[in-house]
Amino acid sequence: MTPRQAILFGGLAFALALPVLAGALGLDYAVGIATRILILALAGIGLNLILGYGGMVSFGHAAFFGLGAYVVAILSHHETMSEPLMTWPFEIGGTDAAILAWPAAMLACALAALVMGAISLRTGGLYFIMITLAFAQMLFFFFVSLEAYGGDDGLSLFARSSAGPLDLHDPAQFYFLVLVFVLLALLATARLANARFGLALQGIRDNERRMRALGFATTRTKLAAFVISGAIVGLAGALMANHTEFVNPSFLSWQRSGEILVIVVLGGMGTALGPLIGAAVFFVLEEVLSQWTQHWMIIFGPILVLAVLFAKQGLWGFIESKLDRHD
Amino acid sequence: MLLLEQVLNGLQLGVMLFLLAAGLTLVLGIMNLVNLAHGSLYMVGAFIAASAAQWTDSFLLGLLIALPATALVGIAVEIIALRQLYDRDHLDQVLATFGLILFFNEAVAMIWGPRALFIDPPSWLSGAVEILPGAPYPAFRLAILAVGLAVAGFLYWLVARTRLGMLIRAGASNREMVGALGVDIKRLYTLVFGLGAMLAALAGVMAGPIYAVEAGMGEQILIPAFVVVVIGGIGSIRGALVGAILVGTADTLGRAFLPGIFGAIMGPAAASGVGAALASMAIYILMAAVLVWRPRGLFPAHG
Repeated sequence: MTPRQAILFGGLAFALALPVLAGALGLDYAVGIATRILILALAGIGLNLILGYGGMVSFGHAAFFGLGAYVVAILSHHETMSEPLMTWPFEIGGTDAAILAWPAAMLACALAALVMGAISLRTGGLYFIMITLAFAQMLFFFFVSLEAYGGDDGLSLFARSSAGPLDLHDPAQFYFLVLVFVLLALLATARLANARFGLALQGIRDNERRMRALGFATTRTKLAAFVISGAIVGLAGALMANHTEFVNPSFLSWQRSGEILVIVVLGGMGTALGPLIGAAVFFVLEEVLSQWTQHWMIIFGPILVLAVLFAKQGLWGFIESKLDRHD
Repeated sequence: MLLLEQVLNGLQLGVMLFLLAAGLTLVLGIMNLVNLAHGSLYMVGAFIAASAAQWTDSFLLGLLIALPATALVGIAVEIIALRQLYDRDHLDQVLATFGLILFFNEAVAMIWGPRALFIDPPSWLSGAVEILPGAPYPAFRLAILAVGLAVAGFLYWLVARTRLGMLIRAGASNREMVGALGVDIKRLYTLVFGLGAMLAALAGVMAGPIYAVEAGMGEQILIPAFVVVVIGGIGSIRGALVGAILVGTADTLGRAFLPGIFGAIMGPAAASGVGAALASMAIYILMAAVLVWRPRGLFPAHG
């Protein structure tokens, strides 16, 4: 077994045993924390697709996170109130079934990403950063002024989504479901790195003009990646709405977009496992520092600056470079 | 009358945005640096002025202390952190200056506490002026307009007519060449950054009597200021002025009139929500529209 495989299997075994371990040690809250880390990691995996593999710096991915969360919350709200969501041209009621609400959240985010991407990808560089930020701000203010769904105050979920035989209110069951999504997303990203679509995307990241000259439809490839990325982040948002049982406009705030960026970069852009490591480190840093002082950001801010200046490859990138020397 | 008042409010917001956007666009155009922490300098300026004004019991003294003090803070930030970022890509700059924002917001909250402060305007500006018979308008807001326009004129003179301005423009077109010609480019950068910090502080101090002075106030205006820079075209002072006026008036007029207009068309209850939502989204829609029409902004500075 190579060191890389040892790390992967060790990590997987730890993730699978976590609820039992936490129960045995009396640290039941750890399951909730791990769920949260996994959800943030899923958002990071979504962003990593376009940031790490596609070289597109989106400063607006919280828009999809929040939109996915709001779709779940709004559908559940209508179910609880037994008011139809819309009556014209045909009637659509609310729902709290995960099998309906979560794909709806992903679909809404994919559509939003299609519009946002089609316009944003006309520009590049700094303009791209700013226009994605602008779109996220638009949605942020849209939900702030959406009084019917709580406006600034947000919207509470009456209950977590219902998922057939699973009881999502059970922390361990919810944790395992989230874990499955994260593992699927990780596998997909790892496959993608060597698939035709992923290779084309990385080629565009490195030299778009050359890829176009080689006959690749570069804009369409980038747009496809942007849409998939938005849908994945939307799923993360839908899961987070279930985790917190509450959504408010801060889900879409630009600080949240910054956090998702930080998670991807801390962990290592363009590596499959990077966002997972980044989310864990981000969360643990936040926990440790905030136990130490309530003003934890005064320490976290400079750490972030130093990480950007001196650890460009990210944590997993660093580990991989060590492993590659051994393999 | 109401319209005139709102137009003036819009121009006043535009002028404030211009003060921030001018610094941002200079730093972007010349150093190619995305500085999200520019809003923090605006905040630091406002806080220093609030303390200094309270201490000296004079708004003007507060202003006079805050401007050089913030310039010094800006220069320190440039030397310690930002200087390392000039050769990095935009992503690194965004992340590192995002870290600086977290630091500054928390530092301000630690030093001045979590509660919002207010700065009293000087007594000779606290009244209202009748701009037209029967239409009073706060004198302080008029003063902001005057100061902003004066700064715009000064910046135009500085960039277009002086040796420093020549170097700034040359640095924006080709910094290696300017360096090769024997100009100390590092000092030029620090100087420009200090100038930008001072303009941000000026905006922050003038915002004090109108908006609350609190941690996080920088980001509320930073993002619109970036919208201004992008609409105007990166690196262009003229673009920043036009963009700032556009964004300021669009935002103010939208907030003032859109809810009413939609209420009249669609009936009050549901529609005022739509109007309010559109009003707060107006400047971002404006930016997206401008970028679709002109992907490099209204006045592309070079290339």
